[in-house]
Amino acid sequence: MSRYLRPAVRLASTASRVQVARPAAPTFFKPASVAGLQKRTYADAPSGTKDYTVRDALNEALAEELEANPKVFVMGEEVAQYNGAYKVTKGLLDRFGDKRVIDTPITEMGFTGLAVGAALSGLHPVCEFMTFNFAMQSIDHIVNSAAKTLYMSGGIQPCNITFRGPNGFAAGVAAQHSQDYSAWYGSVPGLKVVSPWSAEDAKGLLKAAIRDPNPVVVLENELMYGQVFPMSEAAQKDDFVIPIGKAKVERAGKDLTIVTMSRCVGQSIVAAEALKKKYGVEVEVLNLRSIKPIDLDAIIASIKKTHRLMTVESGFPAYGVGAEIVALAVEYGFDYLDAPPQRVTGADVPTPYAQGLEEMSFPTEALIENHAAKLLKLI
Amino acid sequence: MKRIARSTQRPSSLLRPLTPSTHQPRLVPIAIQSSKTTTTTTATTQTVPSSRRHASSLSQRPDSSHVMFPGAVKSAFSNSMTFEEPSKYDALPTYRAVDQHGQVVDPSFKPDLSDEEVIKLYHDMLTVSIMDLIMFDAQRQGRLSFYMVSAGEEAVCVGSASALSSEDVVFCQYREQGVFKQRGFTLSDFMNQLFANHKDPGKGRNMPVHYGSKELNIHTISSPLATQLPQASGAAYALKIQRMQNPTVPPRVVAAYFGEGAASEGDFHAALNIAATRGCPAVFICRNNGYAISTPTLEQYRGDGIASRGLGYGIDTIRVDGNDFWAVREVTKRARELALQDGGKPVLIEAMTYRVSHHSTSDDSFAYRAKVEVEDWKRRDNPIGRLRKWMEAKGIWDENKEREARDSIRREILKAFSQAEKEKKPAIRTMFEDVYEELTPEIKAQMKELKEHLDQFPEEYDLGDFDGGKDSLAK
Ligand SMILES: Cc1ncc(C[n+]2csc(CCOP(=O)(O)OP(=O)(O)O)c2C)c(N)n1
Ligand SMILES: [Mg+2]
Repeated sequence: MSRYLRPAVRLASTASRVQVARPAAPTFFKPASVAGLQKRTYADAPSGTKDYTVRDALNEALAEELEANPKVFVMGEEVAQYNGAYKVTKGLLDRFGDKRVIDTPITEMGFTGLAVGAALSGLHPVCEFMTFNFAMQSIDHIVNSAAKTLYMSGGIQPCNITFRGPNGFAAGVAAQHSQDYSAWYGSVPGLKVVSPWSAEDAKGLLKAAIRDPNPVVVLENELMYGQVFPMSEAAQKDDFVIPIGKAKVERAGKDLTIVTMSRCVGQSIVAAEALKKKYGVEVEVLNLRSIKPIDLDAIIASIKKTHRLMTVESGFPAYGVGAEIVALAVEYGFDYLDAPPQRVTGADVPTPYAQGLEEMSFPTEALIENHAAKLLKLI
Repeated sequence: MKRIARSTQRPSSLLRPLTPSTHQPRLVPIAIQSSKTTTTTTATTQTVPSSRRHASSLSQRPDSSHVMFPGAVKSAFSNSMTFEEPSKYDALPTYRAVDQHGQVVDPSFKPDLSDEEVIKLYHDMLTVSIMDLIMFDAQRQGRLSFYMVSAGEEAVCVGSASALSSEDVVFCQYREQGVFKQRGFTLSDFMNQLFANHKDPGKGRNMPVHYGSKELNIHTISSPLATQLPQASGAAYALKIQRMQNPTVPPRVVAAYFGEGAASEGDFHAALNIAATRGCPAVFICRNNGYAISTPTLEQYRGDGIASRGLGYGIDTIRVDGNDFWAVREVTKRARELALQDGGKPVLIEAMTYRVSHHSTSDDSFAYRAKVEVEDWKRRDNPIGRLRKWMEAKGIWDENKEREARDSIRREILKAFSQAEKEKKPAIRTMFEDVYEELTPEIKAQMKELKEHLDQFPEEYDLGDFDGGKDSLAK
């Protein structure tokens, strides 16, 4: 089914030598539930690690930064009294009071503008959107004011602000609530954009974003909030930050590089394990962590090792993050590539409400595995 | 600044002000294209009327008692420096025709409906309230993904809708099932949307409660808050232009519903201002139910509700008791007349209600408000109870009729419910449609590929659940 919905991948697959009919799943219109497949366990986790949900990690990051710097404050719809639409700000009002954790009226344009104004005046706001879909109401403040005022003011007005909230599709909330804005914000000079996957990513990147003197967009994922990850002892400390602009090899390999981000990292790891089991190949999974700036060195280093590249993301295919990575790979790593790079992306359609179609509109472990196997000419 | 320079330099008309108008003749020649790029026009300049007002016509006359600045022409000069304090003004009154005991309190009020008509509208209110209870439970049982009830707001919706013409155009927020019901949306129509089956006019592409109906002139509900409001101004503008072009068409208005929370969005303010300045025949109907999910009105705004804002935009405005069916109806009837006066103008209605239930099935409101608060409200007043008392006092309703009505409504809802649950899903073809007005060559090719695949593996897929099966792809 995916072949009909993912034009970019479809074109690439028809160009490949071996044309294999996808094994027709009897569950054609009722794909198996994807829940629970992403949990990653570290059997040999070093002592001192603790389980964290992504939600807890974000909460801890916010609490630590509020504690550390009186200039930091959190604001958004329902972040205080209600503990946040997804409970990420739970307990912060009680702990820091209503001058630091602030509920707003239903006006994204209003509170984003206010937060940008406060940042231009020296505070370090953390501006929460119920979802990034609603940030479209205030995108002018993000793109034209937050991202550009330092430049336009001749460097006299820095804008230390963090925009955060769930990004990408969720479950059964239809097209207007199911969009991935990585490529939108990733295209804007003046913004930094990060997209965490694990609990450590979430904590380290959010803290880095709050401390960074520039406007940083933190693209979280609603489907990841409840996921549990082990958090290293170091990451549990309040001085833990992850540098913006550095990718992380989540799984080392020599046969194929998958560059991916956010929820798709976990899916790619699952696919990589399946590929190893079935075909004995080793897929390297590179967790981008940062969309802008992008860690080109890490991508090229991995391509030099594996000579094959596939990107996996849940954004739309056209002009997307995958398109950018493939372009960079071709510009800077063409001679190291042994096969045309491929993209696995969300489908080029307004996200369907129907559960079956929604699931088919975004990468699944099976799809990633299938396309990786094709790229490697294993099927 | 030389005009010729402007037209050949980089496009700057947005950034640079025109030459000060005092030095300009009334007709301003504007170079529309540089000669290099001109292909269609023979002349490179054209004379167009300036839209700028002559400064001299508005300049301050010596010794006048009133302001003659362009921005405020009726203001008297004052020698006492006073800041206006909103708290010194009384809150705008709330109009009632019938009080919570069902007693008429407006001596000039005369019901303009026959007994049958009132009973029909009461029936509509009962229907949505019973449907809400059933569907809320159905969601809890996992039979649909999401639902929103309108308990407490039945009179606002049914009452106002009853005063509109069926030709009027309606925009809703999401809690206006009463409007849909009154305009003729059937129980099956509701259920088909909620279960996203093949009879859902939205083809199963939206979350539950995002109803829409072309026949009933109701735009499809859209999730991003308040976006319906400037669009309503635009739709009203279109009606106005339509009448200008063809005065024989019956006059129509747009009715736009929204919550007091949505009124904090910039779109609300933009909508009112553009409707006022363009003279758009739109009736803006605010359901002020005290909450926006967990945000109480105290956190939402500091002024006198939403009504006070209408005055600021130069819009005729009224506040009404939203639990009073008759008052809402009367007010909307009058608002509609006003909106059609003077070539068209907007009107604002703020209907005061209380959101009796949770925001949606995803919300637990007892996390932010006390149960007693809700119970108190329910006891004190309720739009259905109030109309019922009025009807009983008039002798057209009683306990028996109430019970019979409730029973039959319940049965009808359950019938429509189980029917809709059994209906087929939308045709597979709809998966490809409506992304664009026409199927693009790429989409057609994808559809063909799917059809060929299904032809090749007929045993693998059970398409019986989908309207028309594989044949829907054949067209
Ligand atoms: C632009 C935007 N921001 C936030 C939301 C999330 N949201 C949905 S309903 C709602 C509350 C609206 O309250 P109100 O307008 O008072 O209507 P009510 O629910 O009380 O009928 C919010 C914040 C949204 N849908 N769109
Ligand atoms: Mg409300």
